[in-house]
Amino acid sequence: MECQDCGLRDGKLQVTTIVDGEMKTLHLCSECAAKRGVPDELPPAPLADFLAQLSPDQAGTEEQSEPCPYCGLTEGDFRVTGRLGCSQCYAHFEPQLRALLRRIHGAPQHVGKLYMSAGSEAGDRVAKLSAMRRRLSRAIETEDFELAAELRDRIHEAEEAE
Amino acid sequence: MIRVGGDLGTHGLGWAFGDGAEAEIVISTRVRLARNLQGFPFPARSSEDDRARVLKTVRAALKALTAVPDIDIWEIDELDEGQRDLLLERRVVSRELIKDPSGGASHAALALWSDDEIGIMINEEDHLRIQAITGGSSLEETWRQVDRLDERLGELLAFAFHHEYGFLTACPTNVGTGLRASVLVHLPGLVLTKEIHKVLEGIGQVGLTYRGLHGEGSEVVGNLFQISNQTTLGKQEEDLVNHLTRVVSKVVDYERSARAMMLRDAPGVLEDKVWRAYGILRHARSLSAEEMMNLLSAVRLGLSLKLLKTPRVQTLNEILVFGQAGHLAFAAGGSLGDAETDGARSAYVRTRLEADEA
Repeated sequence: MECQDCGLRDGKLQVTTIVDGEMKTLHLCSECAAKRGVPDELPPAPLADFLAQLSPDQAGTEEQSEPCPYCGLTEGDFRVTGRLGCSQCYAHFEPQLRALLRRIHGAPQHVGKLYMSAGSEAGDRVAKLSAMRRRLSRAIETEDFELAAELRDRIHEAEEAE
Repeated sequence: MIRVGGDLGTHGLGWAFGDGAEAEIVISTRVRLARNLQGFPFPARSSEDDRARVLKTVRAALKALTAVPDIDIWEIDELDEGQRDLLLERRVVSRELIKDPSGGASHAALALWSDDEIGIMINEEDHLRIQAITGGSSLEETWRQVDRLDERLGELLAFAFHHEYGFLTACPTNVGTGLRASVLVHLPGLVLTKEIHKVLEGIGQVGLTYRGLHGEGSEVVGNLFQISNQTTLGKQEEDLVNHLTRVVSKVVDYERSARAMMLRDAPGVLEDKVWRAYGILRHARSLSAEEMMNLLSAVRLGLSLKLLKTPRVQTLNEILVFGQAGHLAFAAGGSLGDAETDGARSAYVRTRLEADEA
């Protein structure tokens, strides 16, 4: 089958895309697929991906970081299990993790619910309120009125507590 | 009231007993949030003492929740293997939660709300896995239940949270929102018309993934696919849920058109397949788990296409749980060998199908 974009080369790749909520299968040559930002091969699964990133070959060129001072987890432990040991590991292994998180999730920054435990700084409260307002406007946009009503109540409560 | 270590009864089976939206294709919806407590290493690196303290802290928080119905708590260390299997087959615990720890007691526990589908796994891979499973297709409502409980628990507990990375989790693939939403769909039409690979590939390209009935690491059997979000960081919770909802509804449409095509192009073959499956389930004297799952798939398809009048969809869901080895052994009052299990399974299925015929 010919490539559906250029009509010249062999459309050897089957690319499934979602355009305006419609799932479509296109036959494309690698050149045209690349233009649409589709890699020749499927990206590897995240876990394999991040373990590959931390493979001994690569790590060997850099100095191994110290174990986490809080839980004692080493880079080697992480490579074997793929699990961090404690919340402090995120700060301790930050240089390595930052790139890894970007590769796994395609984004490095949390934009979901904000959390503050009792007694946190006033600034956090303001941030949490604005995040709730952001969710509220999103809920109204998507006509999720039940969620919107609930968020409105939560915002009122939080404002009362100020 | 919090009750500890009560009878397992039919706890955790709400999703199987209900029918819910689009029940002929969507079997159940699940949402979970991973949360950890500040000041304790994640469970796999915790001492036995730390795990005990985490459990105690969470139990105190549950007690402090106001206006909740009764909560049942089971400590995994107190359950025998048979009871653990029951919970696993009901899909309310993960393999991770019920495994024996390398040293000491796991202090792993399951808390279940008695009038609801919501619960918490404690000391799993993360300190808390807040989860809800409902029958049929109901992602938004299921997410809202979990979100609500998370908000209330967040006021009573100190969760590990980072301004940049969000909720911190043992596995970096869960960090950020800690949200995994999944929908269990039955896709025999796409499998039989060989369209399934394209659909699964498409799912991968839009940031979703799929697994079998029992989640991570489980194989796809009986044409049951669990579709879920792959990433958890960099998107708002509602966006993750809405994206999954949209893609699943596309997949359901695809499945419907595959079924319509088969019915149009090969009605005789389809009808024969469905009735043969029913015949075997109705009369066999030995059934392996895999054979049962595959035959149930054909019968479920036949029901949805109105080629069969019985059994009810709910009966099929119940067989999915009660026809598994752990439940058969429990019903028999002891452990069963492989051949005995297959025999007991066929007897159970026969009885259930016969009852619906009446």
